[in-house]
Amino acid sequence: MASFKLFLKRNSGFAFIVPWLAGFLVFRMYPFISSLFYSFTDFNLFSGITKFGLMNYEEIFSDTRIMRAFKVTFQYAFMTVPLKLVFSLFIAYILNYKIKGVNIFRTAYYVPSILGGSVAIAVLWSALFRNEGLINSFLGIFGVKGPSWLSSPNLALLVISLLRVWQFGSVMVLFLAALKNVPVDLYEAATIDGATKARQFRAITLPLITPVVFYNLVTQLVQAFQEFNGPFIITRGGPRNATTLISLLIYNRAFKSYDMGMASAMAWILFVVVMTMSLIAFVSQSKWVYYGDEK
Amino acid sequence: MNYRTAKNIATFLKYFILIAVGFVMVYPLIWMAGATLKSNAEIFANISPFTAKPTFDGFIAAMNDYGGKINIWSSMLNTYKYVLPKVAFTVASCTLTAYGFGRFDFIGKKALFAVLMSTLFLPQVVMNVPQFILYNNFRWIDSPAYLPLIVPALFASDTYFVFMLIQFLRTIPRELDEAAKIDGCTSLQILTKIIAPVLKPAIVSCALFQFMWTSNDFMGPLLYVNTPERYPATIFVRLSMDADVGFAWNRILAVSLISILPSLIVFFMAQRQFIDGIAAGSIKG
Repeated sequence: MASFKLFLKRNSGFAFIVPWLAGFLVFRMYPFISSLFYSFTDFNLFSGITKFGLMNYEEIFSDTRIMRAFKVTFQYAFMTVPLKLVFSLFIAYILNYKIKGVNIFRTAYYVPSILGGSVAIAVLWSALFRNEGLINSFLGIFGVKGPSWLSSPNLALLVISLLRVWQFGSVMVLFLAALKNVPVDLYEAATIDGATKARQFRAITLPLITPVVFYNLVTQLVQAFQEFNGPFIITRGGPRNATTLISLLIYNRAFKSYDMGMASAMAWILFVVVMTMSLIAFVSQSKWVYYGDEK
Repeated sequence: MNYRTAKNIATFLKYFILIAVGFVMVYPLIWMAGATLKSNAEIFANISPFTAKPTFDGFIAAMNDYGGKINIWSSMLNTYKYVLPKVAFTVASCTLTAYGFGRFDFIGKKALFAVLMSTLFLPQVVMNVPQFILYNNFRWIDSPAYLPLIVPALFASDTYFVFMLIQFLRTIPRELDEAAKIDGCTSLQILTKIIAPVLKPAIVSCALFQFMWTSNDFMGPLLYVNTPERYPATIFVRLSMDADVGFAWNRILAVSLISILPSLIVFFMAQRQFIDGIAAGSIKG
């Protein structure tokens, strides 16, 4: 009895995480597992589960529209994430010099990140990129006739992607914080040895900030594969399904047709894709991410 | 070219790039604000945000309602009906969880912490369908109290904040807890009397981020709010866009601008906390 009391006392901190654990089990774990089960069923929200089997997965892999949506999702992610990371690192690198008014720049760059996800900004984006929109008026000043951004399949995906790149502020702030942590004496020593700025960047800066590169890469990938608002509001998946990301198909199947089984199967394939991406990043860490002497 | 000129050119280039990028970042927003005061004929006539003949037509039209059921003000009121409780619940539950993980040892802590971290990478897109089914079983869909949007926050469902708070908690010396313990404080008292006050800047950061994210959230209300009277601002903006695209851009932009004004004001009042917050907690974005 005494030892049981001691056991309780030693583990009393557990009480503080009970709410989280309960919420995790009910709102995350249970839905997560159940959706794997649903993905093997023919499940309409109103008529319930009628069949059990692999039919959803068979349909997905034979339906060219769905496969195309996966392809577009990959294109979107592999376009957006590198653009966003390279651009934010570039700007952070410049801001890391002794820049007058660094706070003003930082704030200006950060505003789009804070508002970017909102519907209001998606509305603004449509106004910018429509045929007679701000972008084409601007190009017109230089005598360039702007393309019809939103009705060209290739350009429409780029427009959606740029909306995310425009929100580079928070990624940039993280890079900037990492750059500030690189010891100045390393650069001084390299300068004395005659290393150029480009060489210093490659040999000193980049290796030392790889943990943040890694963090940004994984979080941005996870986010990019889930993109929904941009294509849903601005292009509605068009033109000719060029911006129909998989998240849009999942939404349509689940909340327009209430075909929960099919939607779950698509969501699970997306999950496996995202997990594989993250896993590749994690496993490859030892090859390129430098964690200092602690590891 | 001598060293000095080269250096001057480099400095010039740096500022040139920074200002050009800053322009691209902010100009669309300034243009948007200006466009709300233009007539529809003038909005896309030039790229200037200013107009010689300002008109309030856009703002006046922005007050229109839909079927007498919802207008911009009532939709914004709806937004804050779930944003404010969600922020309060998130702060309380995440602080509690962070305290548990950051300050105590218990059986299975390592494994549970790994679970906590893994939820950071769990894509919400995968969760939407089964969570909808779950809330549907609870009869929570379209609930007047916005239950699906609020209740999970009671259980520290946004683990980013737990993670962020744990990071901060690690910087607070344990001696503070020890001293309070000797003085006879219970562990809950240590949290409320000692830890929470020191942790306040981080807690404020969490509250601000949650405020922004929840105010901007579109997917949540899209799935869980179906009655026009209960639509929040994000859904209202999208509704007015669908209704008016092609002819009333000043109205749509005015509606959009009004809907993000509270977020803009909060951001400019607390920009320090936002920028320090992401850097400190390595938060998503």
